[in-house]
Amino acid sequence: MTPVETDGKNRIGLTIADYKGAKSTLCPGCGHDAITGSIIQAAFEAGLLPHRVAKLSGIGCSSKTPAYFLSRSHGFNAVHGRMPSIATGVSVANRGLTLLGVSGDGDTASIGLGQFLHLVRRNVPLLYIVENNGVYGLTKGQFSATADVGSTAKSGRVNELMPIDVCALAIELGCGFVARSFSGDPKQLRPILKAALSHRGTAVVDVISPCVTFNNHEGSTKSYLNVKEHDAPLHDITFIPRYENIEVDYAPGESREVTLHDGSRITLKKLGEDYDPSDALRALETIHHGRQEDRFVTGLLYVDPDKEPFERELGLVEDPLAALTLERVRPPKEVLDEVMRGLMTGSA
Amino acid sequence: METLLTATTNDFCIHVATVNGSGSQTANTTLMRAIFQMGVPVSGKNLFPSNIAGLPTWFTIRVSERGYLARAGGNHVLVAMNPETSVADIGAMGPGSILILNEGVPSPAIPADRTVYKIPFSKLVEPLVADAKLRKLVVNMVYVGVVAGLLGIDPQEVDGALTAQLGKKPKALDMNRAAVKAGEEYAAQHLKPAPFRVERRNKTAGKILIEGNQAAALGALFGGVTFLSWYPITPSSSLAESLMGYLERYRRDPKTGEATYAVIQAEDEIAAIGMVLGASWTGARAMTTTSGPGLSLMTEFIGFAYYAEIPAVIWDIQRVGPSTGLPTRTSQADLLSVVFLSHGDTKHVVLLPATVEDCFTFGMKAFDLAERLQAPVFVLSDLDIGMNTWMSEPFTYPDKPWDRGKVLDADALSKVATFERYRDLDKDGIPYRTLPGTDHPLAGYFTRGSGHDEKAHYTESPETYKRVMDRIAKKYQTARTLVPPPVVDRVVGADIGILGFGSSHWGIVEARDLLAAEGLRTSYLLLKAIPFTAEVKSFIEQHDRVYVVEQNRDAQMAALLRMEYPELGARLRSILHYDGLPLDAQSVVDQVREREEVMAR
Repeated sequence: MTPVETDGKNRIGLTIADYKGAKSTLCPGCGHDAITGSIIQAAFEAGLLPHRVAKLSGIGCSSKTPAYFLSRSHGFNAVHGRMPSIATGVSVANRGLTLLGVSGDGDTASIGLGQFLHLVRRNVPLLYIVENNGVYGLTKGQFSATADVGSTAKSGRVNELMPIDVCALAIELGCGFVARSFSGDPKQLRPILKAALSHRGTAVVDVISPCVTFNNHEGSTKSYLNVKEHDAPLHDITFIPRYENIEVDYAPGESREVTLHDGSRITLKKLGEDYDPSDALRALETIHHGRQEDRFVTGLLYVDPDKEPFERELGLVEDPLAALTLERVRPPKEVLDEVMRGLMTGSA
Repeated sequence: METLLTATTNDFCIHVATVNGSGSQTANTTLMRAIFQMGVPVSGKNLFPSNIAGLPTWFTIRVSERGYLARAGGNHVLVAMNPETSVADIGAMGPGSILILNEGVPSPAIPADRTVYKIPFSKLVEPLVADAKLRKLVVNMVYVGVVAGLLGIDPQEVDGALTAQLGKKPKALDMNRAAVKAGEEYAAQHLKPAPFRVERRNKTAGKILIEGNQAAALGALFGGVTFLSWYPITPSSSLAESLMGYLERYRRDPKTGEATYAVIQAEDEIAAIGMVLGASWTGARAMTTTSGPGLSLMTEFIGFAYYAEIPAVIWDIQRVGPSTGLPTRTSQADLLSVVFLSHGDTKHVVLLPATVEDCFTFGMKAFDLAERLQAPVFVLSDLDIGMNTWMSEPFTYPDKPWDRGKVLDADALSKVATFERYRDLDKDGIPYRTLPGTDHPLAGYFTRGSGHDEKAHYTESPETYKRVMDRIAKKYQTARTLVPPPVVDRVVGADIGILGFGSSHWGIVEARDLLAAEGLRTSYLLLKAIPFTAEVKSFIEQHDRVYVVEQNRDAQMAALLRMEYPELGARLRSILHYDGLPLDAQSVVDQVREREEVMAR
């Protein structure tokens, strides 16, 4: 009934240690490390088989983090901004894998914006986490495309350009799972990640993650202090995986339930207002108003569990492409003979 | 100097000038196919603009009893349909040629030693087709009839060639048949036969006509491709599209509709190669196809694949650069950039198809090499091979299974104590890999483009970096034992050798015969792959002078040879051809003769 057995093992008999990775080399206190912690916890609680997971990333501080969790999984640290194309190839080649992608705001919203959008458009099954600090950490403090208007860099320079909102873009492109959270709020982030892992399609989770070295000062809109003060959660989230069956204690009218493709359920307990995460227009409106009021709206912004995943469109066989035997992929001699006859006479 | 063309049988060129998008392709294919079915070797070259409709296009059919398939100068027969280009087209025709002119096209004064046939094409087609739009397409079939009548092409073969193409569309077939007939009848009634004749032979029996890109697609099909991602670009699109057609037909379960392949049209070439790498890392047989500009975009990922050791097959159907260049013309100028594509120390395995048969064979071989070597493998084709029509022996069904390289599955992992992704256990430079999803706790490893050690762990250690790079270089030495060797024709007593690759082959073959007729014997090495094999060095050593023929400005292959064999550099001479047109034999002959005469003086 409970996700964690008393002996510290999850439903597949693994301990939390089985989901850990190498020691982080990021700055002490980095928001990304807190996200890594939530990922480890979510993967443990979800009972993911580590060797069935492919963890993918691009380039940047955030993209280093897959080395810090799930050390038994296959990892792929791609080139800058191009993780989505790698993920697309991986996903299509083996539908049985769980794909966990980690990117940053530079990696997603600047150099990788095109690939990110096309990933969402194709609805490639993948949990795509944007560890969003509004700044280039690894190259020491340049603005990224998600930096808010009026945000100052450590150098004192003020950003005048509109930020790119990856959640709004994802919703616009019909992404079936879009959420925003805060690295310092594991209570909210963990169920979001677990729910995203159950979603069969692209799940975009934008996590505001303050950069302690280059973007945690007064004047930064993505500092710990600023985010804590301006975080406006939409709801409390509970995620119930398909293999669990616990009674929900929310009274009707106070909560909203979403059933995912694999039978898992997300329960959203309303906070202030009644928020319907299946309404894309409403979601965009909420993001927009939040920005106007200087608030980071967090929670599950939009969900559509029924959108067809990419491989369905391709009409692919169930088996991984790697597992197809020669007999299944090399047509018999008769086929070559038939083609050659056509080329002899010109009747194709 | 213009030489007078003499009357010939089965040895001439037909040059058809039309407007792009006017549907002349069916007409030209009918003509070419009919001659082929008469047992006479043909080749077809399409000189087309980067345009969908409206700009001029030319199609040249070379009729060659001796089986020469290279582009040839000296147009014997002109069909001038396009008023925009007719003045230049007519002006380019030499003494003795015949000119079939669409009545009314502008024309310069034509000297008396050319034979002119003015044909009222519009009048001939008018009674046959009511719809004016359709008339513009069908009128091309009238010239097929006229040319067939003038040159003695068997009407039955013309009809057969037409039926082969349009047999499934009876209405179109009837209309086009009538147009051909109108042309043939007009020629019979009003025109005297031309001095150039097609006569039945038996030199094409059992042979096929095919474009290189189609052959490459067949190679990929029988090589067991499971993943293709690509971005449309001329002249490579027809490879992808042809492959998609074959896959749909032969690799989708007729009952369940399930496909044993995935094709993705990517958003750009960066994504195309990224998807290939992702799929290939996961164990698919993955490929992409592109041309120069696309290749430039793939550069960063190619370096990644080289260093992280991920298989990938990349077809480059070369066109003329730099930049957009001449996108519908042919070239071999991507050579150096492909061999060293990406930043840092990189060098790649490159296959060099010269024939459509090579395209088929390398279509399979490239996968075996990529998976064996765990590296990107390039196939350097070009527009001439890829998009023109070539006669060939039919392709043979592969007699060997595939090579999927060194992959450890769960069983294999259960027999080892440790797995290290980049450990050179066999001393051939090639490590073992595992695929994501392998059901064993040892299987996982971390793939990265940053510095790594044998365990695939991050490191910036100078010793480790160097050790890994040296090991990857060793893999390149192993590649020498795996790539297809060159084809060598060593002629006893020949002092000079010719070294060529790719589509230059056809011009060289013919040039050697022409040179031999002048008393100049040559040996020949047709290079099939990079890195070079031992045969290349001994070939250069065996000849005082080696003419390296290539279709680029900067003598790129000669530069590679000089890098590899600096001590032999003085023996190399370059013959370069880089105007975007396919190489013709005469260009080779003239340059060799000129250099040899200078030597003799």
